[in-house]
Amino acid sequence: MSFVKNYIGEVWGAVKSLATGMKLTGQYALRHKKEKITQQYPDNKDTLKLPERFRGEVVLIHDENNEHACTGCTACELACPNGSIKIITKFDLTPEGKKKKAVDTFVYHLDLCTMCNLCIEACPTDAIKMAQTFEHSVTDRNKLIKVLNKPGSKIREGVEEKKSQ
Amino acid sequence: MWSLQNIADKVHDWLYLTFNPTLAMLFEFVIIGALAIGLFAMLGLILIYMERKVSAWMQLRLGPNRVGPKGIFQTMADTLKLIVKEGMTPDGADKLLFHIAPFLVMIVAMVVLAPLMFAKGFQIWDINIGVFFITAVSSISVIGVLMAGWASNNKYSLLGAMRSGAQIVSYELSAGLSILAVIVLTGSLKLSDIIASQENGWWIFKGHLPVWIAFVIFIIAVTAETNRAPFDLAEAESELTAGFHTEYSGMKFALFFLAEYVNIFVVCALGATLFLGGWMPLHFGTNTQFNKVMDYIPSVVWFFGKTFFLIFVIMWFRWTFPRLRIDQLLHLEWKYLLPISMINLLLATLIAIMNWHF
Amino acid sequence: MTEEVVITDQDDLIINVGPQHPSTHGVLHLVITLNGETVKKVEPHLGYIHRSIEKMCESLTYRQFIYTTSRMDYLSSHINNHCCAMCVEKGLQVEVPPRAQVIRVLMDELTRLASHQLWWGALAMDVGALTPFFLAFREREMINDIMEETCGTRLTMNYMVPGGVMADIHPNFQRRVHEFLAHFKRKIDEYDELITDNIIFQNRTKGIGFISKEDAISYGMSGPSARGSGVQCDIRKLYPYEVYDKLQFKEIIESGGDCFARYMVRMKEMKQSMSIVEQLIDNIPEGDFQAKTKNVLKLPKGEFYSRVETARGELGVYIISEGGTTPYRIKFRSPGYSNLSALDHMTRGQKIGDMVAIMGTLDLVIPDIDR
Repeated sequence: MSFVKNYIGEVWGAVKSLATGMKLTGQYALRHKKEKITQQYPDNKDTLKLPERFRGEVVLIHDENNEHACTGCTACELACPNGSIKIITKFDLTPEGKKKKAVDTFVYHLDLCTMCNLCIEACPTDAIKMAQTFEHSVTDRNKLIKVLNKPGSKIREGVEEKKSQ
Repeated sequence: MWSLQNIADKVHDWLYLTFNPTLAMLFEFVIIGALAIGLFAMLGLILIYMERKVSAWMQLRLGPNRVGPKGIFQTMADTLKLIVKEGMTPDGADKLLFHIAPFLVMIVAMVVLAPLMFAKGFQIWDINIGVFFITAVSSISVIGVLMAGWASNNKYSLLGAMRSGAQIVSYELSAGLSILAVIVLTGSLKLSDIIASQENGWWIFKGHLPVWIAFVIFIIAVTAETNRAPFDLAEAESELTAGFHTEYSGMKFALFFLAEYVNIFVVCALGATLFLGGWMPLHFGTNTQFNKVMDYIPSVVWFFGKTFFLIFVIMWFRWTFPRLRIDQLLHLEWKYLLPISMINLLLATLIAIMNWHF
Repeated sequence: MTEEVVITDQDDLIINVGPQHPSTHGVLHLVITLNGETVKKVEPHLGYIHRSIEKMCESLTYRQFIYTTSRMDYLSSHINNHCCAMCVEKGLQVEVPPRAQVIRVLMDELTRLASHQLWWGALAMDVGALTPFFLAFREREMINDIMEETCGTRLTMNYMVPGGVMADIHPNFQRRVHEFLAHFKRKIDEYDELITDNIIFQNRTKGIGFISKEDAISYGMSGPSARGSGVQCDIRKLYPYEVYDKLQFKEIIESGGDCFARYMVRMKEMKQSMSIVEQLIDNIPEGDFQAKTKNVLKLPKGEFYSRVETARGELGVYIISEGGTTPYRIKFRSPGYSNLSALDHMTRGQKIGDMVAIMGTLDLVIPDIDR
């Protein structure tokens, strides 16, 4: 008799455990309108706001006078673990006639970048930062090699002094 | 009142009046064939859309919502994609069997539609062994699955096909026995008789314990027979990638896919017919007011409503449970379902003899 | 550990599972010998995602090499980075400020929670249930959002630097962690309802993939997989680092040795991790988040080793320094590799479906095995 009791108990326990699971999914199916975990991505583009620390790509900060804070010290280039940054420097002539090192082209390989944030940490003048853009897909790989300093931009006054302090 | 029976009768009368009997019968065949293919395609589209939505609701997702309003054309777009896709045949495959298999599975799924009663008096073929016909023909589909698995020349496919063979053959036993419980109470294999016997109450209400047990066993067994999760061992995705249809692509894959859904429809329709009264509206004793309201709903709505409810239950299973292992699957059948359904059949016989049901 | 060597018969069915297979969670290649449905032998083939991280590290400075370890066990990237940072700190003799220590432990435990949640969903998917994956991702998404806000990335953080952490925690951090804890406490019961108590799942895992305590030690298993066999191997308890010795938490040990025991270890570990986060979240000490270090780090000549408990087991980082700015040699002791080596032992005589469940409970991350 105990065999039959065990048998029925087994079947009952099994059915109960299955019913518990079905209750849960059934509840989710019933209130499917309220709870959603997916984002409707291209539709929510306007409201989608990424946190300010999000690492999207490296940008060189330009102000309204088209001036940036990059001195061309190549600290970021040295800090980069995989060679995403290449800074080509030139020598400007200061009004006093002295030669001064300045950035000519700030080349940034987005295709190599791993968003490790080490360049931002290394920059002594806070000239670069991580932007919150994330739609990086392009049809040509060459478009991922970017020049960060805008044409005609120059270094902001007073940055050099601040750095040496 | 508008009903499918009237339309069918009118078409039938008109055909026989206008043409000679042979030609009229030929025309009827053509019409029925077109309707069956149409139903086949519609069911595929609707059920796949339904599965996607049900799964999405249970998984806190939206489901298809881009193609057409609420994504209703998503399945059509997918079908279009599958049609234009190249149908690959692997090297070393048995070409003939490989190409026949999906059609065999599909034809079986279509033939089984014949004795189903879709509405009051609306039936393709009221054969006197209707239930037997359905169980007999639907077991042919395992041959198609085995053919597909063997002919693909792929070890995953072969394993999937072998699993499917073992599974379908053993689960047909308990499915058959649970159907028998209702047959014993009705005393007929004819689907129209079975429905007629439920005029004063569906079997699930008036059949007492044996019919409830038979109903539960029937649902479990047909879930296994149609290779649906948690018994989807034939195509166990995480084990055999796609099981017996691993090597199929394009429209041949789509035929397997469609046949699966039509099979679900057929078994659920059978379940609705046997246990839930087919197209019979819901009646409560002598409460005539309520019964009149229920009668007002067309019988075709009743039939499809019950069928789709059962389909929903089977989908519910799929999106809740983990998969069984092959030996546990056979354990469940031979150690639990078969003995229970055998004892259950005896109980049903006892009730039928003693006339204990209403 | 004496096992007879199975000589493959001619009749045996040899199947290549992977490198592209839904249940290998990556590019693991298993050559399995079958007798019908029964597995006779499993032979893992590695190397499909070998990126030679160890060799790469030899050309990177001590600040730079840490980011590569995020790509090893990508589900516990914080913990990997932590271990590397600790090893460098050992060489530099730098004292990490208490605030940084607490932030590190918090991040580690949140990572462990996220990793276990993903493991739970993936295991459920391996045994055939698809819905749990989405429930697990609902909770994991909250942790990812917290990480995104504080660290800037969601998966490969590189937040730990030698001497502390890269940035201070975000002002919202504590509030959002509280929200997450409140949410997860309500939802963890659903995990049990849906999977743990499910009779099908229990049948799929109980008594499957048994490995004894002795064998687990012999194969060098670690982490939850070994603790399921009763091995006491939690590095957080045995060799406490950072603030773990001041915390109240239990080392979960199950004696079953089967898939279900390994499953239960991880389920209970989630609760322990939650309790650790709860203890620390309101008690983050004030102070610096990073110790002052030189711009160019140079480790003294010698050998340095540090070990942590990742979500998968013991991770060891071994650095040989010649006194320069780059390591002379780096070796990672990854938990996945030794756990994988026990797969053959566990799967002998089981069914194909069991093999998938066993791999699921071993919680393999293939880039961690290959590096």
